[in-house]
Amino acid sequence: MNAKPYKREIPKSTWYLGRRRDILHMLSEISSLFIGIYAIILLWGLTALADGPGAYQLFLQRLTNPLSLGFHWLALAFALYNSISWFNLTPKAMPVQLGENFVPGYLIVAAHYVAWACASLFILFISGVIANG
Amino acid sequence: MARSNKPLVWSMFAAGGTLAALVIPALLLVTLMAAYGHPPSSLSYDNMHDFASGWLGKISIFLVISLCLWHAAHRMRTALHGLGLRADRTVAIAGYSIAGAGTLLTLWNLFQI
Repeated sequence: MNAKPYKREIPKSTWYLGRRRDILHMLSEISSLFIGIYAIILLWGLTALADGPGAYQLFLQRLTNPLSLGFHWLALAFALYNSISWFNLTPKAMPVQLGENFVPGYLIVAAHYVAWACASLFILFISGVIANG
Repeated sequence: MARSNKPLVWSMFAAGGTLAALVIPALLLVTLMAAYGHPPSSLSYDNMHDFASGWLGKISIFLVISLCLWHAAHRMRTALHGLGLRADRTVAIAGYSIAGAGTLLTLWNLFQI
């Protein structure tokens, strides 16, 4: 066994650029960075809330920083894309079997979209965005 | 049989991903209004404090922040591997440490309120 096995060269950091679905997959992976940063912003707000009215007011004021505004729009775009791609994968990640047959994938996807719409409307309603925006 | 933490990590990842997909876009819209300087009434100190004082509010806040942190930590780990960074141990320790510290800080804050 002297011959070296043939190893195809795969560029380590740019392999996904060749195929559209690999690029899309990488985009939804990267969306998790924005979700993580957003969770930290929420935690920062919670810390301010626990510190008292002054700290909380300062937090709300800091949110109006242009960086925060830019982050919000970028994160919103990534989050929407992430929700869509996550729900579209659910039949593969969580197949549901009823008796002999599997529930058709489009029903599982549709159920998630309905849940997404309900959760979003609920949040926008109780937060006052819809009612007195 | 060797014990593995994989099922635990994976179920937190899946739960976090589903929760994030369901609520993050709407939450971003709420705080986007605050970013424009017009926070909705619910974001006032009094209303948020009332919300975080009740058990339902505490549980919701805890689940959203901690599950999103764990989800992001786990997924950034695979994303960074995909982007060619071959330092999985360091990335894993850094990510899970941030998620763990964030979870503890969330709990601590919620007990203060």
